[in-house]
Amino acid sequence: MLNMGGKVNILEHELVPRHEIVPPEEAHKILKELGVEPWQLPWISLNDPVVRAIGARPGDIVRIYRKSPTAGTFIAYRYVVPEVTKKS
Amino acid sequence: MSDAESKLEEILSNVRPYLTPQLYDELSEKLRDAIKKHKLTLEDAEKIAWEAVERYRKALVEPGEAVGTITAQSLGEPSTQMTLRVFHYAGVREYNITLGLPRLIEIVDARKRPETPITEIYLSEDIKRNPEKAVELARRIELTLVENVAREINIRLGMGIVEVELDPEMLSNKGVTVEQVVEALEKLEIGSVEISGENPYKVIITLSDEYLDPSKTVKVRTMISQAYIKGIKGIKKTIIQRRGDEYVIIAEGSNLEEVMRVPGVDWRRVYTNDVHEIELVLGIEAARSAIIKEIYNVLSDQGLDVDIRHIMLLADMMTWTGHVRQIGRMGIAGEKPSVLAKATFETTIQKLVEGAVMGEEDPMVGVTENIILGQLPPVGTGVVKIFMNLLATRPKEGEGG
Repeated sequence: MLNMGGKVNILEHELVPRHEIVPPEEAHKILKELGVEPWQLPWISLNDPVVRAIGARPGDIVRIYRKSPTAGTFIAYRYVVPEVTKKS
Repeated sequence: MSDAESKLEEILSNVRPYLTPQLYDELSEKLRDAIKKHKLTLEDAEKIAWEAVERYRKALVEPGEAVGTITAQSLGEPSTQMTLRVFHYAGVREYNITLGLPRLIEIVDARKRPETPITEIYLSEDIKRNPEKAVELARRIELTLVENVAREINIRLGMGIVEVELDPEMLSNKGVTVEQVVEALEKLEIGSVEISGENPYKVIITLSDEYLDPSKTVKVRTMISQAYIKGIKGIKKTIIQRRGDEYVIIAEGSNLEEVMRVPGVDWRRVYTNDVHEIELVLGIEAARSAIIKEIYNVLSDQGLDVDIRHIMLLADMMTWTGHVRQIGRMGIAGEKPSVLAKATFETTIQKLVEGAVMGEEDPMVGVTENIILGQLPPVGTGVVKIFMNLLATRPKEGEGG
């Protein structure tokens, strides 16, 4: 079998869109453009498997290239936060 | 020609910042096509490009539009229609699956485990068109315990032995050999295991002294019946289905992490209907896609046509904090900053008492609380505030008062 011992990389899973860390200078520009404070962006937990895989740190902003049925590719941002919210 | 080409490039690059990448690609492709086929002039092409921008901007949601309320209505109304029909549809084909309103409630309540977890296991390129290989893989994944292949388990304390009679039919059905059962029973380390001389499908365990205690009989029986032979924990039953030109394993139960590691499984496409598990293994963005997919499937199965953007907004709200949270009192509705808004949902008195005891203040910035008090809610034109510049109303110098 071909896949024998093949490593599983969750970043390549069909459901996981492309995530990338936005460099700080660019992040400032984006926040200004959107007119928001970082915490007003949607959050992503530090323990999120994708965050761990790309090595983002708390305070980073992650750019997500979502596949959207209405807009093709849609760029969304999430703010990396440490585990503060209780798990629901 | 290259001159016209560069002019077109310029026109397109002018409108680019106003459009989404997908719209831009479509526009530039169609314009080039029209110029070639229908001799469209560049002036007209420019007009069309700007018209596209104009139309796109008109289709955008305006500031102050109450999208949340519209979403709630658009999802709420069809789901009331659903209740009447749902129970006739439950239980499709070989496996049971929660559908309709119960499933919708399950998703928006963000339950830890769905009532009927189902995993869709796609196979890797080399074996996906081979039904025999698919069956073999399905057998390897399916959790098989001794009780699944045993007809009878008799404990004969007087003789200090346990007789496990196996069912030949079940053995071949699950693809298990008697030797594998023996191996599984040996791992329990409760005595020596051998195949009976008179019946090849009978396994005899001679218990060691410490397990001869009559008070342990029940424990020994459970240990034997639950002895693990093969498979993945949590995957109970598998069915092979044909989808297009490939075979797919549909498994009852769900264990995403383990299933993805099985060789021969196309782990890039493994899917489960357990949103919580997807969040744990693949992250919040995958969970968001899963919520959208699941809700959309529930609604379209019932023949209800709800715009996907409503579902997307719902999924965005549910995944806002980085974890999947439910819509209800313990989630989104319960985390609103306003006491009055919380009180409108489910436990009115409790929330009002809580607010009073804690001395909470209500900033009155939300929609609900303003409607309760009969004030203008911050929706539509209500989002704009007007202040009067009092200095400007003063009579200017020289003018009479």
